[in-house]
Amino acid sequence: MADLLFWIAGGIAAIAAVLSFYRVIAGPSAADRAVGLDGMTIIAISFIAFLAVVSGRVIYVDVALVYGLVSFLGVIAVARYLERGL
Amino acid sequence: MNIAALIGGVVSIAGAVFLLLAALGLVRMPDIYNRMQAGTKATTLGSILFLIGVAIANPGWSPRIALLILFVVFTNPISSHALIRAAHFSGIPPAQKTVKDDLADRPAAGGPS
Repeated sequence: MADLLFWIAGGIAAIAAVLSFYRVIAGPSAADRAVGLDGMTIIAISFIAFLAVVSGRVIYVDVALVYGLVSFLGVIAVARYLERGL
Repeated sequence: MNIAALIGGVVSIAGAVFLLLAALGLVRMPDIYNRMQAGTKATTLGSILFLIGVAIANPGWSPRIALLILFVVFTNPISSHALIRAAHFSGIPPAQKTVKDDLADRPAAGGPS
């Protein structure tokens, strides 16, 4: 029963990831695509936490932490590139 | 039946609904500034709720989840601020209905470097 609730939450998060991927495809400018990608990475952190619950392994929470770190650095790099070049 | 897991699941579903609303805002908002507004605040709250739900269902994971929540709270506003500032200084116009633009008369920050 509780597992079913987490599956529902993970399904909703997956739909949200698909919706923000639409912004990555359709965004008129490069900054729009970066915004969509930023939203996708935050949703992916939650989704990795959902995977940790379903599989019962705490190591996936560490994976989510490292993924958040890498995506943060990536977004900062894209912002700096858009502002004045690398 | 495990009551803590049920409560955690319900809180996680609430967080996932916030994530879905944020993604809907990313799709439907008129310009990049409004999109970033929807996509930052709502995803921050949604991921915090989702992670709190996971921590309620598995109390042994609480320290790592707390670290992850702290990390999301610190980095998400910084990255979105940097990204939207870069978008403004690279010359993307706001939507037609925008009433105020405080950065309109400033040149690109920092100059060439």
